Amino acid sequence: MGLTVHKYDAVVIGAGGAGMRCSLQLARAGLRVAVLSKVFPTRSHTVAAQGGIGASLGNMDEDNWHYHFYDTVKGSDWLGDQDAIEFMCREAPKVVYDLEHMGMPFDRNPDGTIYQRPFGGHSAKYGEKPVPRACAAADRTGHAMLHTLYQQNVKSKTTFFVEWMALDIIRDAEGDAVGVTALEMETGEVAIFHAKCVLFATGGAGRIFAASTNAFINTGDGLGMAARAGIPLEDMEFWQFHPTGVHNAGVLLTEGCRGEGAILRNKDGERFMERYAPKLKDLAPRDFISRCMDQEIKEGRGCGPNGDYIALDLTHLGAETIMKRLPSVHEIGKNFANVDVIKEAIPVVPTIHYQMGGIPTNIHGQVVVPKEGNPNTVINGLYAIGECSCVSVHGANRLGTNSLLDLLVFGRAAGNHLVETALASRAFKPLPANAGDYSRARIAKLDDSSSGEYPQDVANDLRKSMQLHAGVFRTQKTMDEGVVQVLAIAERAESLSLKDKSKVFNTARIEALEVANLMEAAKATMVSAAARHESRGAHSVDDYSDSVEFPLGRNDKEWMKHTLWYSEGNRLDYKPVNLKPLTVDSIPPVKRTF
Amino acid sequence: MITDLQLSKLRWRCRRGFLENDLILTRLLDRRGADFTTEEHEQLLSLIALDDNDLWEIIAGRTDVFPAGADAMVSILRQTRVTH
Repeated sequence: MGLTVHKYDAVVIGAGGAGMRCSLQLARAGLRVAVLSKVFPTRSHTVAAQGGIGASLGNMDEDNWHYHFYDTVKGSDWLGDQDAIEFMCREAPKVVYDLEHMGMPFDRNPDGTIYQRPFGGHSAKYGEKPVPRACAAADRTGHAMLHTLYQQNVKSKTTFFVEWMALDIIRDAEGDAVGVTALEMETGEVAIFHAKCVLFATGGAGRIFAASTNAFINTGDGLGMAARAGIPLEDMEFWQFHPTGVHNAGVLLTEGCRGEGAILRNKDGERFMERYAPKLKDLAPRDFISRCMDQEIKEGRGCGPNGDYIALDLTHLGAETIMKRLPSVHEIGKNFANVDVIKEAIPVVPTIHYQMGGIPTNIHGQVVVPKEGNPNTVINGLYAIGECSCVSVHGANRLGTNSLLDLLVFGRAAGNHLVETALASRAFKPLPANAGDYSRARIAKLDDSSSGEYPQDVANDLRKSMQLHAGVFRTQKTMDEGVVQVLAIAERAESLSLKDKSKVFNTARIEALEVANLMEAAKATMVSAAARHESRGAHSVDDYSDSVEFPLGRNDKEWMKHTLWYSEGNRLDYKPVNLKPLTVDSIPPVKRTF
Repeated sequence: MITDLQLSKLRWRCRRGFLENDLILTRLLDRRGADFTTEEHEQLLSLIALDDNDLWEIIAGRTDVFPAGADAMVSILRQTRVTH
């Protein structure tokens, strides 16, 4: 092999909320844990989460986990697995109180309990009325969470490898995960991390789209590694559009805006959500609001000289509320839209925000694949948690605040599972003789390139194509065309060229490796989307519209199933949705109205 | 003038946790990263060592509390912010 080998009980890839919640659980149990991160842990994309963590604490009004469960199942458009959703909603208060005890500075009520704000899609009594369920730390919830978890990890002696990029999973002859290869940016050298288990917490691949709220680091690295290792990607056609991305910038305005009372208006100043969702109005779920906004724009009621955006009005909230509860929104208005939100409405459009699909897992975070008739056979030693995974609690559409909840619940659950199954006393499985060869060959191919396109040129073409063919407005024709175009771009990505062949901090080489991961995520998205002949949640297709037989275009008879996309052969498979919760009755599918 | 290696490291460390900082810092590096003086380079390094929210508060002008001696770079960043 000839590569440096680091040996740890567990290696966690990614130092965002999911990775650090998991590593903390492992380190506290006395295990030797390595966390690899492309950037310093507190600069992971979790820092961008503003809105809050959904948990039915009931501090503001009557609430319970079953209302949360119902909202999540309904929000998922019945593509979420109800066992996983029950598990998450029941665990939610525990993980919030855990964080509170670690020192997380939640907003407080006068009586000292955690303040909870209203959020889109959160209801009491099964959709009857909105309920405040989001536990927040002003509009810095993700930031506060990352700092809390990082400090706890340092205290618990987790080892961080910062500015390291994981490259490939190492699987042995039995298919078990026994480690990963990774590139140290400072030296340009590849090393092996030999471990008893590998946990992916690499976040989403939002940078496959041109208009995205995601930071530049979100290149779907875990998805790429999984796809190259023969693991399918689940439900990748489902991408959440945040209704309030700043027009022409992508920068996100938190849903907390609408929680605090902001109103979406069309060019006539009409609060149009009253027509579409008489009960929840501007607090309806994100996919529903995004489509309503799209509808307003398409029907000529968009704002601005080109009628291509919607106005988000906060002016009635007053300067004091805005500056106290939503200070970052004020800044974003000034810096990216040239608008003072205290005095005037801010232009917004639906913008790609969150990836519902990912690496298939069970409720312990174990990666599962179809094998010998069992659609959920565990791959020993391999886990995935957070946005890179698909457990599936979000189904076709994620409920706001369930992303931070997902990473806390399943980060902790994966850690607990490993501790409870006696990881400490397990022996290391030997590395295969050729461990590391595949990664070294990939890098050698880049270093030996003498012609070909530059990584960012190909990546930019991919983003434009994905935006055009898999954006908020989808038709069967545009998706079919998108498959052809994206596969052609992926061919081009096979022969990238580097101007700079140096080893030390060669960012072009790192970007080329990221492009390979982006390509896998984009192919999975485009192919899965074109094959799903219905509208469901965030996958809204003009050809499959509302009818008596298929309300809102959803075809439960043929399409209530999870997509599985395999990179090898670019093929699709499907597996059933789990409609059976752990302990309660199933929520039967109905038409989603608000 | 800074070296190519220094610029490469700077580019990577300007990859941030949220998009606002990515956009402003990338805009800055594209416009004048290759022409940074040693002093400007050091000032930017001191700023990007901060957390994303703290850095953004400085760039956005919400606070004037920032690392000593970084005044010139703060001014450049704020100028970059307002000139789209």
